Amino acid sequence: MTRSDAEPLLEVSDLEVSFAAGAVPAVQGAGFRLMPGQRVAVVGESGSGKSTTAHAVMGLLPGSGRVTGGRIRLRGEDITYADEKRLRRLRGREIGLVPQDPMSNLNPVARVGRQVAETLVVHGMASRREAPARAVEILGEAGLPEPARRARQYPHELSGGMRQRVLIAIGLACRPDLLIADEPTSALDVTVQRQILDHLENLTKELGTALLLVTHDLGLAVDRADQVVVMSKGKVVEAGPARQILTDPEHEYTRRLVTAAPSLATPRRRAVVPGEHSQHSEEPVLEVDRVSKEYRIPGRGGVLRAVDEVSFTVGRGRTTAIVGESGSGKTTTARMVLGLVPATTGAIRLDGSEMVGLRGARLRAARRAMQPVFQDPYASLDPTFTVERLITEPLRIFGVGDRAERRVRVLELLEQVALPAAVTQRYPNELSGGQRQRVAIARALALGPRLVVCDEAVSALDVLVQDQILKLLDTLQHELGLSYLFISHDLSVVRSIAHDVVVMRGGRVVEQGPVDQVLNSPADPYTQQLLEAIPGAGTFN
Amino acid sequence: MTAIAETPAETPVANLGRVRGRVVRKLLHNPMGLVGGALLLIVILAGVLAPWLAPYSPTEVHFSTPFQQPGTVGFALGTDDLGRDVLSRVLYGARASFEVGVLSVLLAVVVGVPLGLLSGYWHWLDTLVSRLADLMLAFPFLILAVGLAAINGGGLGNAAIALGIANIPTMIRVVRAETLRLKDTDFVLAAHTMDAGAWRILGQHILPNALSAIIVQATVIMPAAVLGEAVLSFLGLGIQPPKPSLGIMLSDAQQYLFRTPWPAVFPGIVIALICLGFNLFGDALRDALDPKTGK
Amino acid sequence: MLRYLFHRLWQSAVTLVLASIVVFVGVRALPGDPALAMAGENADPATIKAIRAQLGLDQSLPVQYLRFAGHALTGDFGKSTATGMPVNQMIGATLPVTIQLALYAMAIAVLAGMTAGVVAAVFRGRWPEWAANGFSLLALSVPTFWVGILAILYLSVQLGWFPASGYVALSENPLRWMYYLTLPALILGISHAAVIQRQTRASMVGTLTADFVRTARAKGLGSGAVILRYGLRNSLIVVTTVIGLQLGGLIAGGVVTERIFSLPGMGKLTLDSVFTRDYPVIQAVVLVVTAAYIVINLLIDLLYTAIDPRIRVSGRAQ
Repeated sequence: MTRSDAEPLLEVSDLEVSFAAGAVPAVQGAGFRLMPGQRVAVVGESGSGKSTTAHAVMGLLPGSGRVTGGRIRLRGEDITYADEKRLRRLRGREIGLVPQDPMSNLNPVARVGRQVAETLVVHGMASRREAPARAVEILGEAGLPEPARRARQYPHELSGGMRQRVLIAIGLACRPDLLIADEPTSALDVTVQRQILDHLENLTKELGTALLLVTHDLGLAVDRADQVVVMSKGKVVEAGPARQILTDPEHEYTRRLVTAAPSLATPRRRAVVPGEHSQHSEEPVLEVDRVSKEYRIPGRGGVLRAVDEVSFTVGRGRTTAIVGESGSGKTTTARMVLGLVPATTGAIRLDGSEMVGLRGARLRAARRAMQPVFQDPYASLDPTFTVERLITEPLRIFGVGDRAERRVRVLELLEQVALPAAVTQRYPNELSGGQRQRVAIARALALGPRLVVCDEAVSALDVLVQDQILKLLDTLQHELGLSYLFISHDLSVVRSIAHDVVVMRGGRVVEQGPVDQVLNSPADPYTQQLLEAIPGAGTFN
Repeated sequence: MTAIAETPAETPVANLGRVRGRVVRKLLHNPMGLVGGALLLIVILAGVLAPWLAPYSPTEVHFSTPFQQPGTVGFALGTDDLGRDVLSRVLYGARASFEVGVLSVLLAVVVGVPLGLLSGYWHWLDTLVSRLADLMLAFPFLILAVGLAAINGGGLGNAAIALGIANIPTMIRVVRAETLRLKDTDFVLAAHTMDAGAWRILGQHILPNALSAIIVQATVIMPAAVLGEAVLSFLGLGIQPPKPSLGIMLSDAQQYLFRTPWPAVFPGIVIALICLGFNLFGDALRDALDPKTGK
Repeated sequence: MLRYLFHRLWQSAVTLVLASIVVFVGVRALPGDPALAMAGENADPATIKAIRAQLGLDQSLPVQYLRFAGHALTGDFGKSTATGMPVNQMIGATLPVTIQLALYAMAIAVLAGMTAGVVAAVFRGRWPEWAANGFSLLALSVPTFWVGILAILYLSVQLGWFPASGYVALSENPLRWMYYLTLPALILGISHAAVIQRQTRASMVGTLTADFVRTARAKGLGSGAVILRYGLRNSLIVVTTVIGLQLGGLIAGGVVTERIFSLPGMGKLTLDSVFTRDYPVIQAVVLVVTAAYIVINLLIDLLYTAIDPRIRVSGRAQ
């Protein structure tokens, strides 16, 4: 550390936090220091104890959480067991917080201006009369457009990005020395994420505020912080200057994290020999031809074009990815392909035969050839079914085999997705997130489809698990000659798995082509913007 | 830098046991639920075994010994104005209360669950069923009960029907809300892509997942029906004398309240115990079925 | 907003018409003939026929219904077949008592229920929560009319704190009115207070563990401000719904309370009218009670827009 002679602003040493007596502590012996004006990132997967550590600093541990060991010092003052009165003075004034989810962190029944103003009033930074005007200024500083008008609105009237700016305004309102940002942008689209992080960086630099950034994203941490602290299972496994963590990780866990970080990973699609499958037939598995989807806007009689004349193909044994932010129409497109949402106009051809308007037996046959894997494995598996029943459900619906044959097929499928046969009688809630997604993949494969539609299939998973699932998808493509339509908001994931990419924005395709061409020399400014917004993009190139 | 043990990227969550196992375990760890369950068990057993437990027939009059105090030899809880044994009548009354409660829950479930499922699943049915539910909620239930009593001449079945009907709309709302929520889950979407039909989705995915909400609602209806039976019988619209009912006992006892309050005290306590049992047990069940609470 | 209001009014009208048809057909399914009841046991067929014609009972059901509905629209519910008095007058004399009782009971229930609910949520896991929860569990489990009977026995007869029965109009003497109505309102309000307590507590517990409450604490707000401005303010939405659902039950529950305390409300009128097959009165009572329920819930829905800024024209939370 650079200024080891100076007094640290925040020093956490040997911190232990437990939630129930006798249980394994959520945080065990965590320690790090933060100098005034410095930016430190705490990186870890879910359950690593990174957020718990941050909450412990502010005395905001949820429920039965207690600090059971160690020390937290703020400018030398021991605040580990500070009383509520001291903490109340500290919170907001000395340490600000920017929480994770902008949707749930604002009071839904109070105007946003007031939510900023009450912070000022409670710390005596402004009188009740001055506070509203001051709040508008602060909101403007945080980058909220038209702050005077927005201040009078309620949270639900603002977009996610705007709400996050309100939360930043609240966090910085009283000019604290330290700002704790707990996954401040993980709920936002990448381009918005970048704008907000840039703004946060400039603002803290201007004010000289130290930043404690809590994130799951190693790329983002390296990009935005001077020092990185890597946590796993409640312990700090490694800490050091950001660059060094990336280029010369000392610990095995950090090394795996760096390798798995999608923004850095080598594209694995090279594993599939190009042209190997396409030799047999030139015809693509899926052909989407000028498909549109319109929704009537209730009340006004207007029409919303969610998807506008979108065309692309998925080649045999290849992967086509659709990339876009929320509202781009990528999910609606996937649902039209799956036949869950009828297309307003256009044609969707699976193996050359038209899908739109199909009914009865032919729709059944089409569905058999195409199966989905959804984003959230917690939601896509019926919690009342066993793994065996989940995987055999499509077989039962299509009347494939008898009971014994289906049982054999389940074991076969489980082997393909690398799950032990012992899980057949388990329920989804007894499996980890990665295991559940493997079950979902096994179910999708049960009917022997030619096309698998992966709708954000790895977005809900931790980095290391995500890496494993991507590997599995790759292996399966190789072995079974599967084609994937891969929907994602994450360009770095797309780069590592796709052959072709379609970039969507506002319902339209802005650019498409082979992945190398689109990502290495993007023609459209929006694609460029997306690429630049990938956290750590600069670092990794 | 601290060294840590090798961490596999994908550790399975410790085997928590089956869903049902977890629910039972949570129930067993809830003292209030246990008290409620025990209370229910005792009262149910007393009601079921009434013919064997009761020292007398509930309608047997002893003109020579009216208004006996509780604790009198032969009449543990005393006697009423006709010298009928209060203990025997309370036992049979509890039995009748249960019958009404169970029947009205059954009616609410049999009618309310399918209507809730269908109206939640098919939008065009929703308007129709919702208006129907609105009507049932707005219609004064007591007049319904009175009307039914006038047509059927009262009785246990009449009380059960009136109370069942009164509880149908809330059951519809609960099941409809669950169906609406479940209809949009990814696992139902996945079932659609497997070409599962509406009935399969309703029967195999939505109903099993809505079951805990239905059970919880049933434990809410049950004590309400027991109280409702008492009210109806008290007003002379439910079970008809001389058949014993807790409500009738209260109604009778009110007339000679100033001579002795005891015949009014015991039936009230029994009603309270039954309802307390259901409320405690229902609360515990709801907590146990809620995956968000506890371990 | 206006669109929404029209939509709701239209829905209410449909429900009301349905209710009137149900009750109209329903009362005619009742065994017994009002003409026979009026004419007496030994009347000759000609007299009965005349009375039937006079009551319009000789016409077909749809015609009878249309006539009834037409008169009802002008506020005329006909004359009671039991007393010969205009139904309007009978309802007019008894409805205020029932409404006053219901509102008084609801005021008690809201005050006691919300206080106990907030206390239980704030003092989670400590004795005030146990006390508040225990009280509401007990109040939910005990038959209120039984409590009423015992209250009359001990509080009125033995201690003489309250009158056992009787009623004085509010306009006549507000203090006497309160003296007579407090015990009945208390008894009627207890179980509703319990329901409100449980809902308030559950909703407050949910709100107080919400993310935005943690954010509020991270600002340095004290617990008082958090509980009132954040917890209670957000819980009001849920509690308002419960109150709407309860008012219907209060009017019905009032029947028993009125009977125990011999109050001259609509409860007695309801029971009497069914027992004497007094068609016009039954119809009027059902329509009045149904309409009251609908109007209350309409008001509550409008109240939402004031309490919850997320609800606008559509009338639904986002």
